[in-house]
Amino acid sequence: MPSVVVIKEHNALVIHSLDDIAARSGLSAGLPLANARAICPELTVYDADEIADARTINDIADWCDRFTPLVALDPPSGLFLDITGCAHLFGGERAMLQIICGALARRGFAVSGAIAATSVCARTLTRHSSGRIIEDGAEAEAVAPLPISALGADDAITKGLRRAGLKTIGDVAARARHEIAARFGAAFTTRLEHALGQGDAPISPRKPLPDYIVEKRFPEPVTTEPMIAMTLQNLARMLVQAMDKQGKGARKLEAGFFRTDGAVRTLAVETGRAVTKPEVIDRLFRERLDALNDPLDPGFGFDLIRLSAGRTEIVVQQQRDLDAHVHDNDELAALIDRIAARIGGKRVVVHLPEDTHIPERAALAAPAQHHLAAASQAVWPARAEGEPPLRPLRLFERPEPIKVPFATVPDGPPHRFTWRRATHQVVRVEGPERIAMEWWQRDGKVLTRDYFRVEDEQGLRFWIFRDGLYDSELIDEDGKPVPANWFVHGLFA
Amino acid sequence: MTSARLSTLASLRGRIERIETSNEAHALQRIALGHAGADAMLKGGLARAAVHEVFAEGHQGASATGFIAGLAGRLAARKPLVWVRQDFSEIESGALSMNGLSELGLDPRLLVTVRAADIDNALRTTADALACDALGAVIMEVWGDARQLDLVASRKLTLASQSSGVPALLLRLAATPLPSTAETRWIVRAAHSPPGASWSAWGAPLFDAQLVRNRHGPVGRWIMEWKCDECLFSEPSAYPQPVAAAPAHRSDQAATGSHRLAS
Repeated sequence: MPSVVVIKEHNALVIHSLDDIAARSGLSAGLPLANARAICPELTVYDADEIADARTINDIADWCDRFTPLVALDPPSGLFLDITGCAHLFGGERAMLQIICGALARRGFAVSGAIAATSVCARTLTRHSSGRIIEDGAEAEAVAPLPISALGADDAITKGLRRAGLKTIGDVAARARHEIAARFGAAFTTRLEHALGQGDAPISPRKPLPDYIVEKRFPEPVTTEPMIAMTLQNLARMLVQAMDKQGKGARKLEAGFFRTDGAVRTLAVETGRAVTKPEVIDRLFRERLDALNDPLDPGFGFDLIRLSAGRTEIVVQQQRDLDAHVHDNDELAALIDRIAARIGGKRVVVHLPEDTHIPERAALAAPAQHHLAAASQAVWPARAEGEPPLRPLRLFERPEPIKVPFATVPDGPPHRFTWRRATHQVVRVEGPERIAMEWWQRDGKVLTRDYFRVEDEQGLRFWIFRDGLYDSELIDEDGKPVPANWFVHGLFA
Repeated sequence: MTSARLSTLASLRGRIERIETSNEAHALQRIALGHAGADAMLKGGLARAAVHEVFAEGHQGASATGFIAGLAGRLAARKPLVWVRQDFSEIESGALSMNGLSELGLDPRLLVTVRAADIDNALRTTADALACDALGAVIMEVWGDARQLDLVASRKLTLASQSSGVPALLLRLAATPLPSTAETRWIVRAAHSPPGASWSAWGAPLFDAQLVRNRHGPVGRWIMEWKCDECLFSEPSAYPQPVAAAPAHRSDQAATGSHRLAS
């Protein structure tokens, strides 16, 4: 039974991809579905799901991380693996290619792989046949007999070349480059050269290469928690040993858990300062594992656990115990790292002063892991000696509107106001303190605020303001006064 | 009673005594608040290695925050401060303003804020932070009643605080007091400024602080003024009539009950 996957293109359903039987009955990708049904009435049709496809190729790329840290996507359905210096770990290039293709084929994927010195050459080979391994310098010979469609260029170029009587890559390569470039563009000639092994385009790996990687492979998959914890401990020790030789400490760590069924789970931990102790790494990962919403599921077991240091920096050795202050800050940084590993780095913050007089923007909350040193040296505005507090202790991010029945003097403070359904009788008042907004920052009209510090009959102290000035700002287009809006912005202790 | 049983009893008593005294080693360190009356009741001040709870009604949140910031300022002695709070609390009673904090005489540079998503995370983080003896104090702010903050949780915090000597301060807004192992429990309200000419300036923050529970002494109620410059509590300078002291050993449940009726 032939089956095809269709996708909507220009308001018509066309074939996106098809199986072998369908291809043999004369169908091809890009054919409208109506025509395909006419050719082959017993067709089974599925809708394309490009998002699921992308997710699948990403999962496969995750799985490929076990072979090399440099894996790049080649959309829509290809993957590049830079296996420089990795092949011998899997018994040589041929064995490695067989492992990868075999594992994928067993899961039901149609797979075609090749190994060559340049990525474009390898890709060109996979379009035609699977399992080829090309020695260095033999690229031109290998690709020469392939049809030009294997280059994967635009339809227009492929058709143009065929019309010119050039059927194989070898035919095209035999022509002078400038002729080809004049007719089909420089991009195509570059691609052709890369396929022939003359020059190489770099691949763009999905993840940056970690500075240090340690891993443990298991002949028998591990499933139990103590075993996993112990492995992480050992890996942490190995990683620290490797970093220690070069005087480095890790700022960003990643643990990868590779399941036998191909699923991969990675956990990342960031630290505020470079970590140089295996027990600290171990503790951070234990915190992280403890706090997972969806716990690590070993399924049928992990056959590879990997620990990598994504970002490292040089550690300056210092004698700590003589200076208690340095010691304290270190402990605080370690605590912040642990809390951040558990609940997320953005939820642990220190506060930095901002150079603005707008109250709600006076302080900036910054992640504590990265800004602890800056925060401890920040300069906050000094308080006036002998004055009661001029700024509220609790500040609402968005000022809350209050109802003010009337003010005796238009510019004056209210006698009573209603906030959150409770009416407060004003007993004491101080103000106004006029704060103009930053007119140079915004285009629109921003109103000046008159702040009052008021106390009600219970002793509660509020920071309220009127938005806008009478006579100059609180008027409509005809010059008539409009009622003012009042807000409570903060509460004093 | 046989002599064997008597000696067993004696050895057990000795063991209990040893356990208690080892815990008391940190607890003996007391820090004076500065308010003479309260310090006398507390036998010299607030114990460092213990849990202290501050309760307040919802609309009194700012006063209670000021009071607990004052306690932290006294207890922390210029060491770093960790303030654990829920996201919800920020919306309900406003974010902590750093300028406001520095106006009270505290240093915003020493503050690390943890925004916990829920109460379980907040409790866990607080317990973690209490184990770090480089800190001056840990404040946990919780809005509303919380089932998780039971006797067990409170006991855990007490133990953590005792072993490291870092005080744990719990700010409970709009909550009903439940049994706990706290050393002291306060109910805080704002006190109105001393009567003077109406429409005149008000002064330093004033608290109507009621000590409703004190594990090692009597309770009381005072009007306290926070001296921003000296960073300590004191008797208000110009308060004409003293507040009648609350009867000692009154059950705290009843006390909050009356507050709730009055509000």
